[in-house]
Amino acid sequence: MSELIHVSSSPHIRSKVKTDYIMLMVVIALLPATVFGIYNFGPRALMLICISVATCGLTEYVYERLMKLPVTIGDFSAIVTGLLLALNLPASVSWYVPVIGGVFAIIIVKQLFGGLGQNFMNPALAARCFLLISFSGQMTDFSVPEGAFGKIAVDTVSGATPLALLKSGESVDVVSLLVGNVQGTIGETSVIAILIGAIFLLCLKIIDLRIPLSYLGSFLVFIIIFGGHGLDINYILGHLFGGGLMLGAWFMATDYVTSPITKKGQIVYGIILGILTGLFRIFGGSAEGVSYAIIFSNLLVPLIERVTMPTAFGKGGKRNG
Amino acid sequence: MKPNTPLERLYNGIIKENPTFVLILGMCPTLAVTTSAMNGLGMGLTTMVILAMSNMMISLLRKVIPDGVRMPAYIVVVASFVTIVELLLEGFIPSLYDALGIYIPLIVVNCIILGRAEAYASKNKVVASIFDGIGMGLGFTIALTLIGLFREILGAGQIFGFTVMPEAYEPITIFILAPGAFFVLAMLIAFQNKFKIGSARVKEDGTTACSKSSCMNCANTLCAGKTAAGLQDEKGGSAK
Repeated sequence: MSELIHVSSSPHIRSKVKTDYIMLMVVIALLPATVFGIYNFGPRALMLICISVATCGLTEYVYERLMKLPVTIGDFSAIVTGLLLALNLPASVSWYVPVIGGVFAIIIVKQLFGGLGQNFMNPALAARCFLLISFSGQMTDFSVPEGAFGKIAVDTVSGATPLALLKSGESVDVVSLLVGNVQGTIGETSVIAILIGAIFLLCLKIIDLRIPLSYLGSFLVFIIIFGGHGLDINYILGHLFGGGLMLGAWFMATDYVTSPITKKGQIVYGIILGILTGLFRIFGGSAEGVSYAIIFSNLLVPLIERVTMPTAFGKGGKRNG
Repeated sequence: MKPNTPLERLYNGIIKENPTFVLILGMCPTLAVTTSAMNGLGMGLTTMVILAMSNMMISLLRKVIPDGVRMPAYIVVVASFVTIVELLLEGFIPSLYDALGIYIPLIVVNCIILGRAEAYASKNKVVASIFDGIGMGLGFTIALTLIGLFREILGAGQIFGFTVMPEAYEPITIFILAPGAFFVLAMLIAFQNKFKIGSARVKEDGTTACSKSSCMNCANTLCAGKTAAGLQDEKGGSAK
């Protein structure tokens, strides 16, 4: 009779999935693209990745220590931000570019708004856009640094990206886009490496198909209608596999904090992303538009969620008089 | 400090109710013209002159202007002074006139000037109103010059047009573009709030507790409403 009956309030079942687990899996999923980027662009890419990750981690630690907040460096979110930021930089930028970008991403975009979960915009992409406006020369210079291991087939002198080639009316080699033997930022070139990581995340159910597929689908439709090349398969695949679209659609548009939580909302969000990316790429001044499209759509997320919020069971409907 | 004395008015305009950092008024020129420290200083001083003169005129006329048409009357007074200053600037400092451009005529509808006319000059004596204008104008000038200073250093590597950063420094161009104005303004407000609210809170009653009954009129945003909510909880508890 002395047996104690333990009574506690809910929750009774706790998920093993925690923020640090998800973030660690995202880091692992980004590894193929990272390794390929280092292979393709050489030790300089490795150096930029290290600087970017270290800056983000250190900034988070120092800021939280100074502000006497709990130090959340252990949840790996700063590491993911740093890695994504580095993968979005050309391999030839100076060392201080990822430093400024990392500090901006962590302090201005993330911590000042309340840390992880409160940031209204993807920190890595916001930092990339900040750098793109600030150092437009460096950020669009895709010439390959010395010491690159890979052989980059496309014109290495002018450093034209596949999207720039498409914009000027030339054709691109789809196979080298898949493999990644093209100009671009460190992590965006190889579609296969990105897809390996994406499939890994899909298998672990960390991301689902709603945002990426509605994004890519609406982008395809937009390109076919407004691209001016109709159903030219080379042009369509060039746009789909070239530039940052794959990296953005699978890894950055699906960021939990800055994408809608409602299922309908995620599809709406994906469609908006697709249309904006198409608009920026075809009618915009520069060849690429993925990062601007994503941070712009991030701002729309609260509105999308408000419109697509499902009604709770028992709410709404006709009242029986 | 005794209220409505010249010195108190200056302190009020520069520190306590700084139009840019505390009242957040006149954002249009604040964000638009502060691409360099010189532009910020020029805009601030121009506004200060107009502010002091219009405050003086409105205070003189405060018993003459009928209540129903006071806004049009203020606008006419302010617009006259803006026109005078605009013509003077065009004649004597054409470089500043060109740099400020459309923002000089826009001083007519600057919230600070209309705000001070409505809130202070129309109710107070002439001398105090003039010093209120000078204080507010100085506060505005200091704020604009500070914003311009940071934007110019970061975005162009210069201070008042002189290059101060080393050769290797590559300017962060975004700071002389529109987004940079928002970043710098927000950071400066954050810093001065950090010090000002912190000191005000200790001065109030020596503890971190909140003596106010509601958060509506309280300037302290650091407590995020927790203190008043806690007080209400206590009240609710005692009612049971």
